[in-house]
Amino acid sequence: MRAWLQHHRLSLAQTISRFARSPFATFLNVLVIGVAVSLPLGGYAVLGNLESFSRKVSTEPQLSVFLVGNAVKNDVAAIEARLKGADGVRALRFVGRDAALAELKRTPGMAAVIDTLQSNPLPDAFVVTLAAGDPELADRLERQFKSLPKVAHVQADSAWARRLDSLLHLGRTTVALLGTLLGVALVAVTFNTIRLQILTQHDEIEICRLIGATRAYVRRPFFYLGSLLGLFGGCAALAIVIVALAVLNRDLEPLAALYGSDFRLRFLDPAESAAILACSAILGWIGAYLSVSKHLREIELG
Amino acid sequence: MAILSFSHVRKRYPGGFEALKEISFAVEPGEMVFLTGHSGAGKTTLLKLIAAIERANGGTVLVNGQNVSAMRPAAIPFLRRNLGLVFQGQKLLYDRSVFDNVMLPLVVTGYPYREAARRARAALDKVGLLEREKANPVTLSGGEQQRLCIARAVVNRPGILLADEPTASLDAAYADEIMEMFSAFNQVGVTVLVATHDQQLIGKRHKRVLTLDHGRLL
Repeated sequence: MRAWLQHHRLSLAQTISRFARSPFATFLNVLVIGVAVSLPLGGYAVLGNLESFSRKVSTEPQLSVFLVGNAVKNDVAAIEARLKGADGVRALRFVGRDAALAELKRTPGMAAVIDTLQSNPLPDAFVVTLAAGDPELADRLERQFKSLPKVAHVQADSAWARRLDSLLHLGRTTVALLGTLLGVALVAVTFNTIRLQILTQHDEIEICRLIGATRAYVRRPFFYLGSLLGLFGGCAALAIVIVALAVLNRDLEPLAALYGSDFRLRFLDPAESAAILACSAILGWIGAYLSVSKHLREIELG
Repeated sequence: MAILSFSHVRKRYPGGFEALKEISFAVEPGEMVFLTGHSGAGKTTLLKLIAAIERANGGTVLVNGQNVSAMRPAAIPFLRRNLGLVFQGQKLLYDRSVFDNVMLPLVVTGYPYREAARRARAALDKVGLLEREKANPVTLSGGEQQRLCIARAVVNRPGILLADEPTASLDAAYADEIMEMFSAFNQVGVTVLVATHDQQLIGKRHKRVLTLDHGRLL
């Protein structure tokens, strides 16, 4: 047991000193893995941000119901009653044509334009808040309201959010595919690195086997090597993504300001970061395992 | 009971070459035996069968009462820990010192460091390389490198020492010195089996000689 622990310590120390002996090659390996992991990771981070944004928007699904221009008070009351009575309507807000015009007037630059108008071109409107963010409900109510008399147009305000949502779905699939592919790349990189390491240590492995080293003893350092490569690669990927998000945020700031938003890309939370590190370490281990299984058999002498 | 015994052992290499045919012999504990024969007679193959580097195609190879030819792969390392191997073309590791080369068998078996270092120095002392312990093996002469191999083979105090042409490529004086070393280990109770084609070295030592000829024991 003590010998076993001692060898684990020794393997780890050897692996680290081996890294230190060829810092440039190690750096390149780590960088390759880092870049490979950072692509799906960055995509994941950006998607996560967009998702929480879209969730915020679509939690308040709304329909705007515009009446015809010549609707009178009675028509408005009748429609209000119909809207209130519909299933799945949570709240109703009436925006009268005069109020709408007044609001529009407050928009800078619009006042002068509106003053030139002889009559108010805006219709009366209702803003209907739905009970659930269910796209089917929105579709059903949209059709239902359109068929009401004196209703000119129904606009689903959440339609673009739903479009965003399905785009995000596409994005998620893309990131998943990318992640799978580059995970395979990570395994391939460690596989090859370990293969080269086995070749350079060919003599040592052969001698160790001849003087009674067990298979586990010979293999252990390579498992450490693979896992550490994966782990360092994961760290590099996190660093790359942090820097990339910082750069993007710098450009995003003025853009978001134009929309009166303080939207910023947030980095992954600590649990997600830890999961990424664990994942890349495990993939590195798998690469090492495959490489060791394939290449050590050739020099193991019985 | 014999420490090492072969009975009806056959070894055929892939491709059909029959290296050993019906080999039977036994070695008693503490014996020193020479194995001789022309090159290609099967000396190296016979030694490889003892260390389970090659497996026999028939018959039984018993080492310390264990049947090597039927041994599980996981048990082989523990067999080898009781064997000292000095093989032809056996490599030293040139990325570490003489001392660390001798330490290797003890590191592999997980020996406590302090005790291991003491044993490694004792082994280096026996082969006369103690003052070179910090040197890189590449700076040693051919004879010294062979002595280093022997130190590495005996450092974990094996019961059986196997040597394959340990004096090849050495001049006569050096060869004699190496052979004296094996005799010394034998005198302290180690069973020694040396394969060599050098009849002169064998002649003056009056030990049992096994002669191989085209894979058969004469």
